[in-house]
Amino acid sequence: MSPGSFLGTLDRKLLRDLARIWSQSLAIALVMACGVATLIIALGAYRALEETRSAFYDRYRFAHVFASVTRAPLNLRAAIAGLDGVSGVELRIVRPAVLDMQGMAEPATGVVVSIPDVGEPAVNRLYIRSGRLPSAVRRGEVAVSESFATAHRMEPGSTFSALIDGRKQTLTVTGIVLSPEYIYALAPGDMVPDQRRFGVFFMPRTVLAGIAEMDGAFNDVALRVRRDAKPAQIIDALDDLLRPYGGRGAYERADQMSHAFLDNELVQLRASAIVVPPIFLFVSAFLVNMILSRMIALEREQIGLLKALGYGRAAIAGHYAKLVVLICLCGVMLGFAAGNWLGFGLTRLYARFFSFPFLIFPQNADLYLISAGITVAAALAGATRAIWGVVALPAAVAMRAPAPTRYRSVLAGGRLLHLLFSQLTVMALRHLFRWPARSALTTLGTSLSVALLVTALFSFDSVDFMVDTVFSRTERQHATLTFGNDRSPRALQSVEKLPGVLRAEPFRATAVKLRNKNHERRMSILGLPAQTDLQRILDLDLQPVRLPERGLLVSERVADVLKLGLGDRVEVGLLEHGGRSVFVPVTSIVQSYVGLTAVMDIGALDRLIGDGRRISGAYILADSSKLETLYRAVKQTPAIAGIALKEISRSRFRETIGENISIMMSVYVGLAAIITFGVVYNSARIQFSERAREFASLRVLGFTRAEVSAVLVIELALIVLAAQPLGWLLGYGFAWLVVEGSQSDLFRIPFIIETSTFAVASLVVLGVAAISVLFVQQRVNRLDMVRVLKTRE
Amino acid sequence: MNKQDMTKPVFSAQDVTKVYRSGDVEVHALRGVSLELFEGEMAVLLGPSGSGKSTFLNIMGGLDQATRGTVRFRDLELTACSESQLTRYRRNHVGFVFQFYNLIPSLTAWENVSLVTEIARDPMDPGEALELVGLKERMQHFPAQLSGGEQQRVAIARAIAKKPEVLLCDEPTGALDSKTGIFVLEALSRINRELGTTTALITHNAGIQRIAHRVFSFLDGRIAETRVNETRIEPADVTW
Ligand SMILES: Nc1ncnc2c1ncn2[C@@H]1O[C@H](COP(=O)(O)OP(=O)(O)OP(=O)(O)O)[C@@H](O)[C@H]1O
Ligand SMILES: [Mg+2]
Repeated sequence: MSPGSFLGTLDRKLLRDLARIWSQSLAIALVMACGVATLIIALGAYRALEETRSAFYDRYRFAHVFASVTRAPLNLRAAIAGLDGVSGVELRIVRPAVLDMQGMAEPATGVVVSIPDVGEPAVNRLYIRSGRLPSAVRRGEVAVSESFATAHRMEPGSTFSALIDGRKQTLTVTGIVLSPEYIYALAPGDMVPDQRRFGVFFMPRTVLAGIAEMDGAFNDVALRVRRDAKPAQIIDALDDLLRPYGGRGAYERADQMSHAFLDNELVQLRASAIVVPPIFLFVSAFLVNMILSRMIALEREQIGLLKALGYGRAAIAGHYAKLVVLICLCGVMLGFAAGNWLGFGLTRLYARFFSFPFLIFPQNADLYLISAGITVAAALAGATRAIWGVVALPAAVAMRAPAPTRYRSVLAGGRLLHLLFSQLTVMALRHLFRWPARSALTTLGTSLSVALLVTALFSFDSVDFMVDTVFSRTERQHATLTFGNDRSPRALQSVEKLPGVLRAEPFRATAVKLRNKNHERRMSILGLPAQTDLQRILDLDLQPVRLPERGLLVSERVADVLKLGLGDRVEVGLLEHGGRSVFVPVTSIVQSYVGLTAVMDIGALDRLIGDGRRISGAYILADSSKLETLYRAVKQTPAIAGIALKEISRSRFRETIGENISIMMSVYVGLAAIITFGVVYNSARIQFSERAREFASLRVLGFTRAEVSAVLVIELALIVLAAQPLGWLLGYGFAWLVVEGSQSDLFRIPFIIETSTFAVASLVVLGVAAISVLFVQQRVNRLDMVRVLKTRE
Repeated sequence: MNKQDMTKPVFSAQDVTKVYRSGDVEVHALRGVSLELFEGEMAVLLGPSGSGKSTFLNIMGGLDQATRGTVRFRDLELTACSESQLTRYRRNHVGFVFQFYNLIPSLTAWENVSLVTEIARDPMDPGEALELVGLKERMQHFPAQLSGGEQQRVAIARAIAKKPEVLLCDEPTGALDSKTGIFVLEALSRINRELGTTTALITHNAGIQRIAHRVFSFLDGRIAETRVNETRIEPADVTW
């Protein structure tokens, strides 16, 4: 048996064909690889995060229902545990803390959470990375969340000092831990996590009760419920139990900060797995169709011969299908490799924002099979028409060369055409209109890369805009100070007296439940002086509004979810101060991109609550040369329970988002370049193949290489140019979908696309298209006139 | 044609050889061809398949380069020309007619001709050229709407429209039946006569040789015989 007979003759033809069109096949394989890779990256990361989260939640008994309360007696435990469906109860003390960290001028903040003196918590258990849990009999021991510990290079044995409820404590780290409750830990007032400036601390109940004067009391509840339980009923019952003690309304996981952020991320990952890969599948199916049709047109006579020789239809169809499958295999392999590699990158990126004790990478064999399967299926779908043409071709017809392609006159009469264009341009135009479907699909394919870029780049514009409005037009303060408890307005004077403070404005905040018919949301109402300047409220046209003496201002998101219009009366349920309900008219709808916002005049809020004039904190403008002394003073001031450093969170936000965007940008520019190259290069090659003879004839007639290339370039240029407006339009649509899809109670992305974004997207695509054409233009230059003219096509 | 013109060669080829190399196989397509063509002359190149006729014609037309030897067109040494000089030479001086017409399918007959007139120095009107080959009525037709002979006549119109000094035809009647073949030959000889275009014509049809002034017989890469026709016949009298 000769080595050759291992591969049939047809298979050898197949391999030679593949070798001949390797560059076109590679261009298509790359497009396929992008589809496979994006699917693996998005779904792989989705599954890894999802599995990791649910394993962490299950093993460490993450709570289902949460509530906070001003101060409730521990003897409520039996009543709470007795609620129908509750399987685990943890009654805790949670207090804010201001921290003095070594090597850090600005104060860090955190929360201190109580854990049982002995044994593990029934709910929200801790994963101990190193060391041990603090002891109840030794004072000043604490377990620290891993991200904060890492940022400060803490180890068991390290010490630091903290201000908890006005008391300065020197704390010793006994262990580094992770909690399912704080996978995503965000300091109040921050927009992205800052591991250095926000920590979570765990102390034995007795110790923390001593510091916070909460003996026999708790201010926070975490419940686990049974699988068959009805959380809504539990929440109502719990609210009833806690109301007398200043309950602020129980809520489910969906409203728990860490969980909600993680969920939001998962939703986006799944969305990108649904949206992006199909673009690549569509483009690769189209490209397969294009090159296969051309190949079969060129091989009509060979196909006729094969049929005459007695090869069956199935054998011939299978021959071409095999070629497609081989190209797919290259694409799928490349996709697997890239997907794996980039998948790690994405997971690393997530690990920076989410604190997991471990990462679970589920077996993704099915994912690989599925992505390979749909890639092959899409490609074969693209190939069907071309292959069907082969099967249907009678042997005799196949042996005859096709008649010259029929062209039509474009632009009535053709006279006008000649007045306007040279013969070379007319040639290009006629070719373009000869295959309208193909030209249209090529245009669509190219426009998809423009659209992909617009969709990726516009987030720059939105974030810029958001930073501009949020940071420089609304939150103009250097820092926000919050008190442990509401205080008399006189406290403002003490704030003004802090070193370096140039100006201070008071605010009051209270937890409420806003209700309109059957729509309700928990949030806080912010009370501000009518003449606010540091913390400004902007209307929908982004103009500062003066707070009216009466009525409530709500953000667009709040108006949307509660179905509120101007003048509607919304029911305000006070959660903290006795739980009264009052109807308040909505006097204005305002702009806000972060969280749920409801604002009213501080005097009106005082009247609503009815306990006289109180303030919860102050916004300050500081002399930046005296920041260090200010920070030092804040760390020593017992009344201050928290400080949000706007300046720092601003730059931190810019930094983080900037990094993310530049990673995302390079990925998307790469993806768009691959689509553009795949589409333009293949069209150019096919055009060249169809017209090599014409081009050679033109060269024989004395046209220069440049003139002949122009025919090729004009047609592609028209296609690529037509793709731009279409791409802008599609990109605008995709971006709109992204904005709509990412609206949540946590944040809202403004829908802003700058003209420059369209321009950059087009420049990238035009650049790549030009390079692709340049490759093919090389072939015009190398055209062998004699050989082309000798053979009949 | 008068005697003075015959003394001044338009083309002169000296000992032209052409070797094709593909891998380690060498094919000697031309093994030392020398000839001269004169102003207004009609020459026919005959010879068995593979004897080197097309190769030689292509070198004369500036489509291909000789391996050794020199080819001159008047004062221009083609064998020393750069690619862009050859392009200019083809554009300004040469008309080609091929066996397979090589029309541009996306252009009408008229447009195929004006393709050339647009870039030529002193062209005739495309309509006039088409009239010369008897196709004025079919100007607006695309190649797909024309018969083989009509397509070939469009190709001739395209070749002559720039009023070339030389017309090089490689088996222009090869794909045609006798009646359309005669049409095409009539068009060629009319142009040769009326415009004084030096014409070289390759054919396998021995009958056609009698319309030429001179006949060159190729054999195995060489000119085996050169013959002068004392009496020429009209294309219409060619026996196919
Ligand atoms: N590109 C090429 N590579 C290799 N050999 C070639 C090439 N072109 C031509 N030849 C060889 O050169 C020789 C002369 O070819 P040419 O085409 O000039 O013959 P011809 O006289 O025109 O024949 P025909 O009457 O069949 O057209 C032949 O043996 C041919 O095989
Ligand atoms: Mg030949």
